[in-house]
Amino acid sequence: MTSAPQTGTPAATPPSPAPLPSLRLVDVACRRGDRILFSGLNETLDRGELLWLRGGNGRGKTSLLRLVAGLSAPEHGQVLWDGVPTRRSEHFDRALVYIAHANALKDDLTATESLAFLARVHERDASAGALRAALARLGLAGRERTPVRSLSQGLRRRVALARLALETGPSLWVLDEPFDALDVAGTATLHALLAAHRARGGSVLLTSHHLHLDAQAASAGFRVLDLDQLPRDGGAAA
Amino acid sequence: MNGAVFLAVYQRDLRLAWRRRTEALLPVAFFLVAASLFPLGVGPDPQVLKQIAPGVVWVCALLAAMLSMPPLYAADHADGSLEQLLLAPGAGVAVAAAKAAGHWTISGAPLVVGAPLLGLLLGLPAEELPVLFVSLLLGTPILSLLGGVGAALTLGLRSAGMLIVLIVLPLAIPALIFGAGAAAAVDAGQSPSPHLSLLGALLIACLVGAPPATAAALRIAVE
Repeated sequence: MTSAPQTGTPAATPPSPAPLPSLRLVDVACRRGDRILFSGLNETLDRGELLWLRGGNGRGKTSLLRLVAGLSAPEHGQVLWDGVPTRRSEHFDRALVYIAHANALKDDLTATESLAFLARVHERDASAGALRAALARLGLAGRERTPVRSLSQGLRRRVALARLALETGPSLWVLDEPFDALDVAGTATLHALLAAHRARGGSVLLTSHHLHLDAQAASAGFRVLDLDQLPRDGGAAA
Repeated sequence: MNGAVFLAVYQRDLRLAWRRRTEALLPVAFFLVAASLFPLGVGPDPQVLKQIAPGVVWVCALLAAMLSMPPLYAADHADGSLEQLLLAPGAGVAVAAAKAAGHWTISGAPLVVGAPLLGLLLGLPAEELPVLFVSLLLGTPILSLLGGVGAALTLGLRSAGMLIVLIVLPLAIPALIFGAGAAAAVDAGQSPSPHLSLLGALLIACLVGAPPATAAALRIAVE
């Protein structure tokens, strides 16, 4: 169910002592309420790949990301990590970075406190230096002590995305509309983070309605998964 | 249980409560105001007040604990934090335990400290005050743990606040009976030890059972 453009691999992948396993979706169907959003989804995401989920509103993009993250269970089929269902895998939760549409930030905490909390919970480097560098990478230098409530939507998104800048090894990034609310500079930074992540063997599954990805898909080797092409209620594709 | 997650969530909740001190103190204020209404309602007879004092303090503590339960997970659910917490390695039980511990520290501990003062105001004899203190020390964590289960079960539902009360109050009845009974036993010239022992046993049962139940309810709520 993968559609063009599909080209090659990303930039040369440096050798890694523990290569990232593949994510496999096997005959996955997703239900939301009394509706089947999609069914018969078979897909594999290998290390170094970026898979861009597309589809109209209500086609199940966010639901698929939540299935992959293990927050919900498929109506049918399996989501496998290294051949093991993700919800039973001992290693999946440590390899996963899931950034949802909601930023998971607290208004009463500062940008640094918010990032430190998420880093500690997910067993990432929460040292002061690492946090400062991650926030600076997202253009938040000088705003480390600013309460989240004082930040604009775009800056809040940057704080949430600063988690990506804390990553040093290959991991699976599952990102729900990561470009939302970002300005041109923020978008460029996120692209750079994605490229660096793929170069070190990480994989990415993301949704986005941003058209600029269309232009980049072929040149950057994105693969595209169009949920509109999958059967939904009654078995018909849109 | 993931100790790092427990510590991170506990410390964050205390920090958030500190930054919203007024909000955090509301259950304590409710506790003091509600208990101080009883002399006005039942009359100033010292004998009556002395007799009902342990029960009044315990019922007010129970209601104050319930008052602070609805927001326990609601804010984390609304801003996406809860999903992030449940995705952390081995985090479900740790999150439930940390939230209950945080709730007790913020809402339960002040009730324990304030209870002897209320007991004095209601004319409770001095020898019963330490027993009331210990019974609340053992009992208020039970309320936090049971309240966590109720808050998780009703997460995202309309009228969650009322539903929590309806779910948790029946479960808290044993704690209420043994807690209030401990001070009453002293008044009757008996040892409070059996009541306190049973309260301790209830606490252990809740410590073991409530966090996994809460974690399971949270997973259902985010699904």
